[in-house]
Amino acid sequence: MQTTKGAVAGKLPSPAATARKSKQRSLLSRMKRARGAYLLFLPGLLFFLTFYYLPLLGNIIAFQDYSPYLGILRSPWVGFSNFASVFTDPEIGIVIINTLVISILQIVFAFPVGIILSLMLNALISERFKRFMQSVLYLPHFIGWVIIISIWQQLVGGDGLVNHFISGIGGHPVNILTNPDFFKPLIVLQVIWKETGWSTILFMAAMTGIDISLYEAAVVDGAGKWRRMWHITLPGIRSVIILLLILRIGNILSTGFEQIFLQRNAVGLNAAEVIDTFVYDRGIINGNWGVATAIALIKTVIGALLVYSANRIAKRLGEEGLY
Amino acid sequence: MVTWEKSSKLGQLILLIIMVILAVVMLFPFVYVIAVSFSSYKDAISNSLIIIPAHPTLQAYTWVLQNGGVLHALLISFFSSTVGTLVSLFLTVTAAYTLSCRDVPGNKFFLWLVLLTLLISPSIITKYLVVRQLGMIDTLWALIIPSALNPFNVLVIRQFFMGIPQELIDSAKLDGANDWQILGRIMLPLSKASLAAIGLFYAVEIWNSFFEPTIYLNNQQLYPVSVILRLIVLQATEPVEAVLPGQVPPPDLTLQMAVVVLATLPILLIYPFLQRYFTKGVLTGSIKG
Repeated sequence: MQTTKGAVAGKLPSPAATARKSKQRSLLSRMKRARGAYLLFLPGLLFFLTFYYLPLLGNIIAFQDYSPYLGILRSPWVGFSNFASVFTDPEIGIVIINTLVISILQIVFAFPVGIILSLMLNALISERFKRFMQSVLYLPHFIGWVIIISIWQQLVGGDGLVNHFISGIGGHPVNILTNPDFFKPLIVLQVIWKETGWSTILFMAAMTGIDISLYEAAVVDGAGKWRRMWHITLPGIRSVIILLLILRIGNILSTGFEQIFLQRNAVGLNAAEVIDTFVYDRGIINGNWGVATAIALIKTVIGALLVYSANRIAKRLGEEGLY
Repeated sequence: MVTWEKSSKLGQLILLIIMVILAVVMLFPFVYVIAVSFSSYKDAISNSLIIIPAHPTLQAYTWVLQNGGVLHALLISFFSSTVGTLVSLFLTVTAAYTLSCRDVPGNKFFLWLVLLTLLISPSIITKYLVVRQLGMIDTLWALIIPSALNPFNVLVIRQFFMGIPQELIDSAKLDGANDWQILGRIMLPLSKASLAAIGLFYAVEIWNSFFEPTIYLNNQQLYPVSVILRLIVLQATEPVEAVLPGQVPPPDLTLQMAVVVLATLPILLIYPFLQRYFTKGVLTGSIKG
């Protein structure tokens, strides 16, 4: 369309200028024709600007002694002093350690369980039974943490079913929900129970993408089921495993808010305070907006660096990586 | 699968046993909670394992529902989930429509704007300040608007819209249809399944939301069931009277479990529908990440 216009414009004194002009006009007319589409995009655009980009810009209050009454424009600038108070906070050490321990426990224990479970599901012959198991295993993912924790409390809490059973056979009841030493394993166990099933969905999807003739060839060559799993299935889902692992490592400073927030009071902050709850306490509870934002900013930067380095390591080891 | 011959019968048996144990581990807590909620108080505290209530009773439920507070919270949750899902779906399809149009100048830019939001997770603090600035604190809008759009869902629906034959759209345009009509009469009817799936995801997400009401709501009259559940079950020491108007006896086991069941029920009812879409692969896009 533009070229025909340009050709028509060729008769005029300054072809290039006119062509540019007509290109502009055609852009304008295209935009005018798309005004309905722009209007449709407007609500979504406003949403993303308001709830993603504006808060992103708002991160500059990490360099302010922010007060909601003064607003961003009039709050005093304080340089890096918020960052300084993050690192001199007496609690920050234990918060970082708690966060890292929980995350590492999750990567070491919860992550592989999902892979093992997918392999087991994949090995089931009956397609119908597999479907049934999948719907059972996915269910807790759709149930909120408040409900899950209420149920767990009923089962393993001080007055729960398990303790009734223990005292019934003459043992000493233990309340693992209020014991600080059990807190971190408990968190990981709950995550395994709630999310392992759902985590298989990507591994299973990757497994269905494996070329079936590979298995047939392996059978012909006399490979048993373990060797087929080791040499075909696992390599087939390796790129998904590594991708998810890279993303998980990038999230090492996030442990999830709700699950810990709901259970930390029972064991005390020394065992349970993590970065996400710390940000909440400092910001929303104490009103130290600048400090809380500074922590969140540090967390984001570290997360990005971790994804970057995990990806580089993966690539150096000859993997596809994230990008 | 072709590759698993009969020789692995023993293996299958072991696998089957493991799976049955897993199914019990996953389902037993729910069965137990439901059983307790229908039990008489005496049975419930009798230290015995209840799977089928010995003396089934609706006592706990009638008490919980008559008392107003829980019912009120359930209605709040129901309202915000329904309205929220509609708002979310509207925003999702309109944004996805424009992103799927081929001849809209600036489209690439919009797409990048959406893609970038996948990488940035806004800090809860600055987002809270924005929500506060908008005057949404202590309104139900705070449960609906700030998390209304999931960028992944926008991209999934966009992908789906792009699969719709361009000729259909072009011929509608020749007939003088405007963008709203194309979206409403062509795109939406053709993508019912994906929309239903994404709508259910949005609904469950809002129903479960706990973080948002916790930080955005101070007025107890607006608390959804997730927050009430915490007050009644997890913080049984809190003055529940403040939450539940009327005389409240010390929250006992069967009452607590009845509230748990009532809070879970809508999800269990939706679940079979949700599950139908797993196999169709409509959601593989939104699941990643």
